Order: sequence, then C-alpha cells, then structure tokens
Amino acid sequence: MAQRIKFFLINNGPLLTTITIFVLVYFAGGRLYPAMQKPQVFFNLFINTASLLIVSIGMTFVIITKGIDLSVAGMIALTSAASAALLVKGISPVIVMPLMLLMGIAFGIAMGSIIQYLKVEPFIVTLMGLFFARGMAYIITLSSLTIKDPVYRYLALTKVHIPFFEKAYVYIPSLIGPLLLVVVIYLANFTRFGRTVYAIGNNEQSALLMGLPVARTKITVYAFGGFCSALAGIVFSISLLSGYGGYAPGMELDAIASVVIGGTMLTGGVGNVIGTLFGVLINGTIVSILQFNGTLSSWWTRIGVGALTLIFIGIQSLFYMKKKN
Amino acid sequence: MADPQNILNMRGITKSFPGVLALENVDFSLRKGEVHALIGENGAGKSTLIKVLTGVEPPDEGSIELDGKLIQVRSPQHSQELGISTVYQEINLCTNISVAENILLGYEPHRFGSIDWKKLNILACQALKKLDIDIDVTQPLGNFSVAIQQMVAIARSLEVASAKILILDEPTSSLDINETNRLFDVIRKLKGEGIGIIFITHFLDQVYQITDRITVLRNGRLVGTYHTASLPRVELIGKMLGRSLTELDEVSKAKLMGEHKKDRQRLVEAKGLGLKGSIEPIDFELSTNEVVGIAGLLGSGRTEMANLIFGIDTPDTGSLTIRGEKITRFSPLESLENGIALCPEDRKAEGIVGDLTIRENIILALQARYGWFKFLTTQKQYEVSQKYIELLGIVTPSPDQLVKNLSGGNQQKVILARWLATDPQVLILDEPTRGIDVGAKAEIQKLVLELAEEGKSILFISSELDEVLRTSHRIVVLRDRKKAAEYSSDVNGQTIIQTMAGIS
Repeated sequence: MAQRIKFFLINNGPLLTTITIFVLVYFAGGRLYPAMQKPQVFFNLFINTASLLIVSIGMTFVIITKGIDLSVAGMIALTSAASAALLVKGISPVIVMPLMLLMGIAFGIAMGSIIQYLKVEPFIVTLMGLFFARGMAYIITLSSLTIKDPVYRYLALTKVHIPFFEKAYVYIPSLIGPLLLVVVIYLANFTRFGRTVYAIGNNEQSALLMGLPVARTKITVYAFGGFCSALAGIVFSISLLSGYGGYAPGMELDAIASVVIGGTMLTGGVGNVIGTLFGVLINGTIVSILQFNGTLSSWWTRIGVGALTLIFIGIQSLFYMKKKN
Repeated sequence: MADPQNILNMRGITKSFPGVLALENVDFSLRKGEVHALIGENGAGKSTLIKVLTGVEPPDEGSIELDGKLIQVRSPQHSQELGISTVYQEINLCTNISVAENILLGYEPHRFGSIDWKKLNILACQALKKLDIDIDVTQPLGNFSVAIQQMVAIARSLEVASAKILILDEPTSSLDINETNRLFDVIRKLKGEGIGIIFITHFLDQVYQITDRITVLRNGRLVGTYHTASLPRVELIGKMLGRSLTELDEVSKAKLMGEHKKDRQRLVEAKGLGLKGSIEPIDFELSTNEVVGIAGLLGSGRTEMANLIFGIDTPDTGSLTIRGEKITRFSPLESLENGIALCPEDRKAEGIVGDLTIRENIILALQARYGWFKFLTTQKQYEVSQKYIELLGIVTPSPDQLVKNLSGGNQQKVILARWLATDPQVLILDEPTRGIDVGAKAEIQKLVLELAEEGKSILFISSELDEVLRTSHRIVVLRDRKKAAEYSSDVNGQTIIQTMAGIS
C-alpha cells in the first residue's frame, strides 16, 4: 500500500504540485484582497481565460507528442478577422462557425503533414504558420471589424447562472473550454488515439516498431490543435464582438507556459489536460490579483507566469531525475 | 531435403550495399521449438540477415519460406504480422505508458468505443503469467528494470503478433546473471511451446547454456550450421575467426615479455581511497609498464573505482598520489593534465559521437587538451588520425567516415585512439571489449599489452575473467564494493571466481 502511494505520488507529482500551487496562490489572493473570496471572482477566471483554456488544451496534446504549435495566436486572429468579415457580409453564423473550424482543421493538417512527411521541425513549421495566419488576418482587414450579428451578440451577452452559487454566472463561451476538457480527458485516457499520443511522445521510433499509426496520429494532433485554435478564435470574437489581425498577441507563449505549469513536459510523453486547466487558472489568478491590487503594472503577470514556468521546469527535472533513479 | 520440422527456410540470401557484399548465398533454417544461435564476428552479416528476415532490407537474391510458404517481407510491421518478432538490445517500447499498454496497445480491448482498462490489465497480467512474471501492470514500464522490460517486449511479441519466430538480438548484454537466468527460463518455456528462437549473442557461455544449434557466419558467408552439443568451444571460435587462435597466443606472448620488465616506477598510489555509497576504502597502486586487471561481478564497484581514480567522483576518504604528488582537486580535466585518460564503459552514451567522422572523434580529446582556441590544422588532424587508424588497424575506407557506420570493435578502437592521441601515461579502460567480436577482442588485448610494453600504465576493467587473466600482470578482485584480494598473473581462474563469489 505504502508502495502504491509512493508510486502514485511519483507518477502524479507534477500535477499535484500544480494543483497545490493554484490553491496556494488563490488563497494568498483571498487573504490579501478579501473581495477575491467572492465566488464570482473564481468564475471570472473561466470568463477571462475562455480562449486561453481552449488553445492550451490543444497545445497539451501537441507538446505530449514532443511537438510545439506556435501558430495558435495567429489562428485566433485569423479566425476572428475572417469570421467578422464574413458576418459583416451577412453570411449566417451557422455557416461561418463550422467554416472557421474546418479552416482550423485544414490548417493543422497542412502543418502536421509538413512536419511528418517533410521532417521539418515543428518549431519552424508552426512559426511559419503563425506568420501566415496573422498575415492573412491583416490582409482581410487592417482595422478592427465590429460584429453585429444577433447570434454572436446573444452568445456574448447571455449569462449562465451557476447552480448552488447565488448570483454567480459565466457567459456561454466560457463553458466551451470545460466541455472540451471533458472530451479531451476521454480522448487521452480511453482511446487508442490518446494512448498512441503518449507513446509517440516517449519514443517515436518505438511507437513505430510497435506497429502504432504514428503518422496518422501526429497529423491528427496538429489538426486537433488547429481545431482548438479556430474554436478559441470564435470564442475570442464572440467575447469581443469584433475581429482583428492584432488580437491575442503572444497567446501561443501563454498557452505553452500554462501547459508547462500544468506539468506537461516539453521533452514529450508526460502530461495531462487537467494539469493544463490548473496552469491556465494559475495564469488567470495572477491577473486577478493584479487587477485587485490596481496599482501594479499588468506586466507583472508576465513576470509572475515566467517565474512560475521556470520553477515548474525545475520541479519537473527533479521529478524526472528521481524517477530515473 | 526440406526438413518438415522447419518453420523457417532462408535460401541463397544475397545482399549487397554500396561497396560491400554483406551476405553471399547464405542459407539459414529454424525448427519449431529450437533455440538457434546466430554467431559471427562483427561485420559477419548477422544483422543483415536479421534485417532481411524482418523486412528492414529487401534481399537482392534468395527466398524465404515460412511454414512451407514462400513469403516476401515488406516491412518490420509486416514481419510482425507474419509472426516474426524481434526483441532488440535497446528495448523498443515506451517507458511512460503502463506495462499493460506496452503489451497490448494497438490491439487493446474496447467496450462501448473506449478502452476497456479492466480487461486490458487482466489480459496483460495473463500474458506475463505465461512467462512466470507477476508485476503490477498498471505501473509505467519505466518503473521496472531492463530485464523486466525485455520480458514485457517478449510478452508483446507473443500476444500481439502471436509470434512463431522470436529473434533475440543481444538480449543479455545489459542483464546481470540472475536476470539472464530468468530470461533463459522464459526462453525454455517458449521453446516448449514450439516457438523457434533465434538467439544472437557475443557470450559463448550462453550459447552453450541455452542453444540447440549454432549457425556461424563469417564475412557474409555461411560457415555452417552445427549441433551445439557436438561442437567444442575451441572449434566454434576457430570457425568464427576462420583461423586458429594464434592471435590469442600472441596476446600471451606479449604479456610474458612484459613480465620481465623490472624497472617499474610507481605512478599511481591510492591509500584508503573511498566514497560512501560508491566504493569502500581501497589500497591500490599502478606502475609503469604494467597492466592491472580489475575483476568483479556487476555491481562490485569496478566502474566506481575507475570514476574515483579519474576524478569524476570526489573521494571522501583516503588519498590519491600520482607521481608522488597528492591530488587535491578531483576533476577529469585535472586528471587529463596529470596524464590519465579514461575510456568509459558505455561507448554509445559516454564516448563516441556517431555523427562525427573518425578524424573528428579522434581529435576531440587532443583538441580539449590544447585548449579550444589553439587551432589544429586539418593536415595535422589527418596525420594524427591516419597514424592511429594504421596503428590500431581501424577498418575504414577513410578518416572521414562517420563513426556510427563503423562496427562495434572499430568504434572501440576509435575511442582508444582518441585517448592515445593525447599521449596519456595512465590509461583506464572500462570494459574496452564489450560487445565486440572475438577477433577484435584479441587485437585490443594485444594492443593493451603493447602499450604497457612502451611504458604506459593500464587499468584494465572487464567482466570477462578470461580476458582479465590473459591481459593483466596483476589482478585486483572486487566484491561488494570492496577490494577482496590481489593476485599476480599466474593465479588460476578458479581462485578468482571463488574470491569474486566470496568463497574462501
């Protein structure tokens, strides 16, 4: 029994650390600024990080395969600009939204195929993807396009009340991330696709020799990443009710940081999306604390997240070394 | 002609690579329920034959018959589907996912569209039970030893591929004696179930321990297939080398010559040198013109001792004196300056840079010694590497060959050359002949003795007792991280084995 607990701790160490840190940071915030103790502040985290959570979930899979996807923020900008442009032309959101998701998937498939078949580093391919997507977004529109579509307005402004918490609410788009999370937990743990993702991240050559569908799985992972980016782009344009090529600057790095803080290793094969959720929440909590403080520069968020990421990479190394012994 | 018991018949297999005829008209057959050793020096064509059989390389000529049917193996996956599975020395599984997944992923049971974990774990347990292994299959594979990982790989090939033929490529090279015996139990069991096993190894002891027949390859040609029981070891070695054991005789002769040297000077002296958790305090000395062998079982502290003397680890007790000067700062760089060089045990991980050329590999240590800013001209580099290529007999078309394309023995020689190029006075060789063939072993042993003849001091660490006996002027035996005894070279092997085992 003691042995099992020990294994459990070693196998899940990074995840447990992430959750602990989230709880500590949140409670520290609550002590400093009692207003943060209100349930709504907690639910605001989901409102504020709606699109970051979605891209980070996609990013988690990519990083588990030992890849990286730098194109996500570009894709968010492109989706927002393209959907705004289409909606302004009077095209129905029923067509626009699936179209955007298909675009994201196609974009992911293209990048994944280049990575897999031309053996180009994911870093390079997705960086080019970032340039391409953001560039295309600016070609569509140089200025911010306002969305006046009633469906978008409905989605953006309808409050969903949280059961058991009086007056606490989120908006409809904030629910997409948590729903996606449930789907992805299932994918990761209960499907051959998910387990193959982990196997590839550990040792691609072995996975190949085990007869697993390596190429298909890797391309699917990037396609899923593209899907998540496009979905995040839709959520982003709903919450701002506009589209613009300059949206979400640097969000790819926030996503990577959240995934790493969540215990996923950049060396591949280790990590899970629950950790990523907490990584994103930690990111959001730091922002909240700074907002409550009101006097500190918002750039402290970046510094805080940077420091945490660094600490986490250190902790991961320690766990990794411990495991090796 | 065709034995009905044969599950595999390979006939007239020929395969050439640019500039090399790797296999020439080789026949190989495997019976149901037999363990068949595939033996030969490095470059004899063993790996190529296996590659042809597992679909990595298509043969130029020849036919493969499985269960009486002609087959063409298109890819490693295809060979698995046909029932031909390979377990490699470096285990091709994923350490981060559970043991159960490693056995069954790709063929896992499903329930309502999702993986049925309960059933998966039960099936995996059953698969391992067949090999008499009882472990927690839900743990990540990486939590288990290499030996267990190897069994898991075997279990996968039996479960997933329902293997009829199992190829074990150097399976025992990283196992200790208990683990090896455990593997052999598994092999015997599989044999009883009618699976044909091809066993590739450098350990002749194990060949005699476990195999029924032996096929010997040499220079890409078939020497012959023999019944293990009726082929004495000396003849087997003769067939592998294609010559009598004159080279081994030469080793002995070289050693005798060295014995007569009287004017030895003490170079290295360790007094009570030890490090907690690594090796207990040890007294030890090494003089010029001398080869001192270190014998001991795996885990007896051989490598730890080398690491202390070379300054990789810092001792916490005792003193180390080199040329009468007491060492105060322990670091490999300091040791290099004192004229000590270490060839590490694991040449792939710690020594060789496969993607660099022979020349670049040889120059590395020399360049480090000169300092990174002093430029060694290309011409000088070629001179140095050409000198050692000739001196050590490294088989290569040019110094610009990438090291990863060389055979194991030649790679080992390149590492030796790297340190020799720095002209060290003391050379620590940790398992210099591991994983290389008998001929190359004899060459390296001879070379070691010649170096001693020239005045160098050599610490020769090896897990092969014969080799230590043949090569060393003095032998230090380690047991349980302690020095158990020291013998002169006329000691008999049995005494050493008893000391190693702790029977006095």
